[in-house]
Amino acid sequence: MLLALIRRFGQMIFVMFGISILVFLIFFATPGADPASRIAGRNASPETIEAVRKSFGFDQPIWVQYYIMMKKLFITQDLTSFVNRGWKVIPAVIDTIPVTLSLVIGAAVLWVIFGMLFGILAAATRGSIIDKLLIAFGLVGCAMPVYWLGEVMNLFSQSRYHDTWLFSWVPPLGYKPLSEDPEGWFLTLIIPWITLAILYIGLYGRVLRANLIEAMQEDYIRTARAKGLSETRVLLRHALRTSLISFVTLFGLDFGALVGGAALLTEVVFGLQGVGKLTYDALQNLDLPVIMTTVIYASFFVVLANALVDVVYILLDPRVRSA
Amino acid sequence: MSDAVASIRTSRGPWATALRRLSRDKAAMACLAIFCLIVVLSLLAPAYASFANTDPFRSSLDATVEINGVEVPVMEESTEGLALGYTPIGPTWQLGNYFLGADNQGRDVMARLLYGGLNSLLISGAATIITMVLATAIGLTAGFFGGMTDTILSRILDVLWAFPVYLLAISLSIVLIAQGIDLGIIVVEAGSLWLPIFIIAIVYIPYIARPIRGQVLALRRSEFVLAAIGLGVPEHRILLRDILPNVSTTLIVFTPLMLAINMLTESALSFLSIGVQPPDASWGTIIQDGQGLLYTRPMVALAPGLAIALTVLVLNILGDGVRDALDPRSKIKLGGD
Repeated sequence: MLLALIRRFGQMIFVMFGISILVFLIFFATPGADPASRIAGRNASPETIEAVRKSFGFDQPIWVQYYIMMKKLFITQDLTSFVNRGWKVIPAVIDTIPVTLSLVIGAAVLWVIFGMLFGILAAATRGSIIDKLLIAFGLVGCAMPVYWLGEVMNLFSQSRYHDTWLFSWVPPLGYKPLSEDPEGWFLTLIIPWITLAILYIGLYGRVLRANLIEAMQEDYIRTARAKGLSETRVLLRHALRTSLISFVTLFGLDFGALVGGAALLTEVVFGLQGVGKLTYDALQNLDLPVIMTTVIYASFFVVLANALVDVVYILLDPRVRSA
Repeated sequence: MSDAVASIRTSRGPWATALRRLSRDKAAMACLAIFCLIVVLSLLAPAYASFANTDPFRSSLDATVEINGVEVPVMEESTEGLALGYTPIGPTWQLGNYFLGADNQGRDVMARLLYGGLNSLLISGAATIITMVLATAIGLTAGFFGGMTDTILSRILDVLWAFPVYLLAISLSIVLIAQGIDLGIIVVEAGSLWLPIFIIAIVYIPYIARPIRGQVLALRRSEFVLAAIGLGVPEHRILLRDILPNVSTTLIVFTPLMLAINMLTESALSFLSIGVQPPDASWGTIIQDGQGLLYTRPMVALAPGLAIALTVLVLNILGDGVRDALDPRSKIKLGGD
């Protein structure tokens, strides 16, 4: 087991190293323009560009440049924006993390609960009208661009039907910290949670339904039925357990990807100042140091999350554990 | 005469059988028809623009339009809120006459929607082709030759795969979109459609290359390939004649799904203003244009979103149908019964 853990850990370090090199090459070595003028942002003065060239060591060999960038990102953490002069980037990114986590965790709770309900209900009523409706809902949910769905939600809840009983409780767009205003935090996030979850409820429901139907054809299900167990018990206690494996795997990947930037579009539409919104604002004024930081921190988080999921697997799997 | 004999006599080979199976799938065929209709309508964009007599790429703030015999300005003076500025005209529901209204620059939304569809389809289509070609080349090389080649290619794929799709796309876009790229032989101007095409194509390579590599690894050890190697058939011939046909079903199954994913990615990048650049349109950029008008003229943002959702929906259903037709055993995997 120790060997498997060490191997997984080594792989994680390798991937992180690879990503850091890739990001470095994209931002500093893409042919076409002077990296210093890119980093300095739109309409930078020649003095600023000269200062950037010096502080990032663009007159030095490429591995020195890589070292300087890594030092600025992780050790001294003093990367500053040149668009908003002197603004320290890394504390700003860290400040936005609670917003993104609030959004993603809430949505994850919704999509796990409703995705499971959807999958079980569809599998139990296979071939019926309920099953067909659920599949249609799942397909439509996966097809809508999430930022567009968010805009439609805003259109209804903030404007068109805001004055009716249905949406009169919806507060204006924006984020309220959980520690200061728990009720406001909950109310402002309900619609973003639902928007983000709809996409995944359909996806997870369909995956679980397919796995359940596959599991129901296994021998141990026949045994359970022959024992005289009720159909509900067979489905929930026997078939569901094995079917949840791919559900959990998917969850690990999607949760990591969402925290690592995929929630960006939802944050933008609902005006939530999370990591994604920070990246979006930086995109609008070509603030490269900010984008570089969010990209590298978020992708490291995703790699770490995926490694953790695998470690949990290694710890849980009896075949690996005993070895 | 028994059924078995009859079926032998009418056997058509795997491709014809799959095609027949697909043509019997009503949902898939309906989706194929809708998709073709979307493509044709988009191709008619220039015709529509000349019919409506508008230029969808130039702002026309002082244009007027005749509705039921009354001359109306396209940009109406705003009466809502603080009554500052202008509100574009809403949907007239008259074809060729600001059918879906105008955007904040007084451009005909319907004409832009059709042009946008053309760009969205072009980008997702071209990106799909490039991804498929490159991923197949990488997958075949890594899986067939093994050894060092495989190790290096697989590690590169691992890194690309672990890199979150949107973050990689954002990094590439932000660097390239402003200044373009100059590789000596290939020079791509900033704002060219090739930039989003290449970015989307690169980002999804590992999602196709990894399964292809796995399949090739298994095929490499199969009897008919070993026999071909033993007979001294040259490697490139084995790759093209024996291995490629066997992974082609995987490629075909992935194509509609890839198109759908690319369409969503393209629209997201354009919405973030790092995809298609103004004054060109794509469905994502029109949704972005409509964001500021959401509460006054919602149709600007609603129409392109519906177009994306419909296109992605029919591509996904078509993709499921193609998969079921080529590999009936996989039918259980997702949806269907």
